Amino acid sequence: MIEVKNLHKYFGELEVLKGIDAHIEKGDCVCVIGPSGGGKSTFLRCINLLEMPTKGDILIEGVSAMQNLRQLDKLRQKVGMVFQQFNLFPHMTVLENVTLAPVKLKKMTKAEAAEHAMELLDRVGLAEKADVYPNRLSGGQKQRVAIARALAMNPDVLLFDEPTSALDPEMVGEVLEVMKGLALNNATMVVVTHEMGFAREVGNRIFFIDGGVISEEGTPDDIFNHPQKPRTREFLSKVL
Amino acid sequence: MEAIWHSFENLASSFGDMIFLALIKDDAYQYLWRGLRTSLLLTLLAAVVGVVLGLLLAIAKLQDVDSLTGNRFVVGLRRLLAGFANGYISVVRGTPAVVQLLVLYFVIYSQVLKKIPGFGSIPDMVIAGIAFGINSGAYVAEIIRAGIMAVDRGQTEAGRSLGLSAGTTMAFIVIPQAVKNVLPALGNEFIVLLKETSVAGYIGIADLTKGAQTIGGNIYNFTVPLLCAAYVYFLMTTVLSTGIGALERRLHKSD
Repeated sequence: MIEVKNLHKYFGELEVLKGIDAHIEKGDCVCVIGPSGGGKSTFLRCINLLEMPTKGDILIEGVSAMQNLRQLDKLRQKVGMVFQQFNLFPHMTVLENVTLAPVKLKKMTKAEAAEHAMELLDRVGLAEKADVYPNRLSGGQKQRVAIARALAMNPDVLLFDEPTSALDPEMVGEVLEVMKGLALNNATMVVVTHEMGFAREVGNRIFFIDGGVISEEGTPDDIFNHPQKPRTREFLSKVL
Repeated sequence: MEAIWHSFENLASSFGDMIFLALIKDDAYQYLWRGLRTSLLLTLLAAVVGVVLGLLLAIAKLQDVDSLTGNRFVVGLRRLLAGFANGYISVVRGTPAVVQLLVLYFVIYSQVLKKIPGFGSIPDMVIAGIAFGINSGAYVAEIIRAGIMAVDRGQTEAGRSLGLSAGTTMAFIVIPQAVKNVLPALGNEFIVLLKETSVAGYIGIADLTKGAQTIGGNIYNFTVPLLCAAYVYFLMTTVLSTGIGALERRLHKSD
């Protein structure tokens, strides 16, 4: 579904990603963990090319992104993204936030998009907030709307960039619950997270990214119960 | 001392006469009234040209800010646009509006455009409107650019991550939010513009200032007509700034 090939990323002189290879299969819930500054978010943002890779390639459904930069907008339609800071559009209602992309990209008529949006909002438990502006929502509610917005394009993959890091502790649960529901429905997901409980319980694969490479990879059992590398063990001993 | 007092007395006793001469006799106030309408129309014309031009220039100038990727031709074109906008803004902001008006009218229009068939009879008002618009556009561009840059980067990223093009993201996500940011500064710019049009008389347009000068010339005394013109300008700018303030408060209600 998604293939990351020898991905390098420089910010000026600084090499943030030093050659990442990864395969993400349909139905995977990949949880990406690791220390801050290790390149987790950059890795994720390279997958939908919000950050342009310096070297290497991303294949989405077998299509090379780097060789089809003109079709970038088309490719991004297949990859939904949920941000740490939600990034809802403040000048639009919840419903308009969710319907904007499908309507503007002529995927659906206005009526179809609204109907689809209401289903999605119902799924994240916020159907009654459809006509409200984002500033009236709590952080957890905002993030659930953002998930509905990302789902509105029927993407093949959903990327989550630390989706609960900006939330008050009591709101983390409601967002993780929605994400868990998606994973149980076999949505393909890549989740950068500090929620080790979620990674262990919901993820089927764990990437431990440190120093710009995937330094260890495996099932939750492999990583959390039998970490091989000292660096992984050290990190887990600090966060668990 | 005596002499000074005497001249004051003279001034006071003749003040009523002067008002009569400057405004009422032969319907002289009509010069001010028509002048005011001309000034307002000119301001409106220049504001429309300025905002459209400013928006285009702002977008052109922003082409340099994004991380430039993609094919060489497109990158080159974007850099060229940004460079053009930069040059335009520097030149326009670095020269006086009066000179720009005179150059456009006596050089570009009279010497060049007029000789091209079909362009021979552009009304002076249109020339002046374009001249002030060209001037205002440079300032508006900087205002709009600042307003766009003040919109959180995450908004653009959210739009692009959904698969929306850069243009759609700009038009439906960034600019609507930028409008709120730029409204106060844009209002100020319109006030500056209204005052700036007072030099339109240089190319023979009978605006408010010119109207006051005409009355002054007719009655050999400029005191009343000029003070009246100043008062009317002040009134107009006060109305404008009050209006902008009200609009601003209404827009911020949705926050």
